[in-house]
Amino acid sequence: MYRSLDESKPIYEQIKEQMEDIIINDSIPKGDRVPSTNEIANFYKINPATAAKGINQLVDEGILYKKRGVGMFVTEDAKGILFQKRKNAFIKNFVIPLKTEAKKLNIDSQELLELLTKEGKTIED
Amino acid sequence: MKIEAKNLSKIYKGKRALDQISFCLEEPKIYGLLGKNGAGKTTFMQLLAGMMQPTSGEILVEKTNPFNNQRLTESICLIKEGNNFKKDLKIKNVLTISSLFYPTWDQLLALKLVDEFSLDINAKVKALSKGMESALGIIVGLASKAPITMFDEPYIGLDASARSRFYEILVEQYQEHKRTIIFSTHLIDEVSLLFEEVLIFQEGKLLVQENTDVLRQKCISISGTIPQIESFITDKMVIDTKQFAGVMTAVVVGIEIEEARTNGFTVEGVTIQQLMIYLTSYKGGKIEW
Repeated sequence: MYRSLDESKPIYEQIKEQMEDIIINDSIPKGDRVPSTNEIANFYKINPATAAKGINQLVDEGILYKKRGVGMFVTEDAKGILFQKRKNAFIKNFVIPLKTEAKKLNIDSQELLELLTKEGKTIED
Repeated sequence: MKIEAKNLSKIYKGKRALDQISFCLEEPKIYGLLGKNGAGKTTFMQLLAGMMQPTSGEILVEKTNPFNNQRLTESICLIKEGNNFKKDLKIKNVLTISSLFYPTWDQLLALKLVDEFSLDINAKVKALSKGMESALGIIVGLASKAPITMFDEPYIGLDASARSRFYEILVEQYQEHKRTIIFSTHLIDEVSLLFEEVLIFQEGKLLVQENTDVLRQKCISISGTIPQIESFITDKMVIDTKQFAGVMTAVVVGIEIEEARTNGFTVEGVTIQQLMIYLTSYKGGKIEW
């Protein structure tokens, strides 16, 4: 956690992902307060508007809610929503590239399945 | 304060430093002003600070010309690369003079920062090292709390840890007190996370004005085999290509990361610094964003 930011993609997306990780691994449980936009901006030395954009999207997605004058809090359903979302991202970011690479190497579905169940062994082993 | 440039041109030392540029800075934001040496950045900032007159066109702050207009320029603070202060003044005199000029001056902050950057308040400007003089400039820029504050390469001789501290203080101060900050620097990788919007100048023209994260999203670098990439980019906006050992890399504007990924390409982001380099060396005419 608290990975440093890079410019490989929009900064607000990275802020969003880091907050999501914090929620998924229970560092901040449901009902608890998350850092404010200002705290995030100070910590990462980023533009506050960028931090706010990431946080506001989490509010729109039902992962955080605002308590006026108090701060941002993790919603009851946050983890459930995030798991669903991450599962879709997992398919897109890992499963599809895995299949593409497998095809490049002429690995058919049968062999791919075997490789997946064999756990961490290369062919030489 | 709203800043407008309308067909703004400046001929400076026989050279067209700014060539009919028009744009608008509406909101109090942190703007990054980027471009190669001689692109017109400093000229623009000096015009905005009311230090000289345009050759033609207009620069307006709240619909008013800042030239020779103290009522307006007391809201504008420009910190240059050097020679911001008279050499015979002591640091404490510099602070006093600044406090008289800027109605928004924050003396407490100034003293705190003098302490933070370990300056001696009784030292004369001429006795300061380059780094210390830069620190003093930064202190005055921050403590001015001027609604328009500009930093033009403000940190010659300032070491990496002092620069890092400067960025931290800048973010804190900006949050307490939103104002327009225009930042011009060659150390783009260090500060690009602070920019909300970026303006890139090229030979006196404005090449692009865009939200920083939008730029990061719109511009990506893709790599694959030469025939694959060549056929993929035929109808795309490409600002740079490279080939090495049978692999071709193209920097493409305006495509979705997913589209590139599903084609099996290796996809990477492009930093604002790299983007500035690509754009200012690009010779292919107008870029469609």
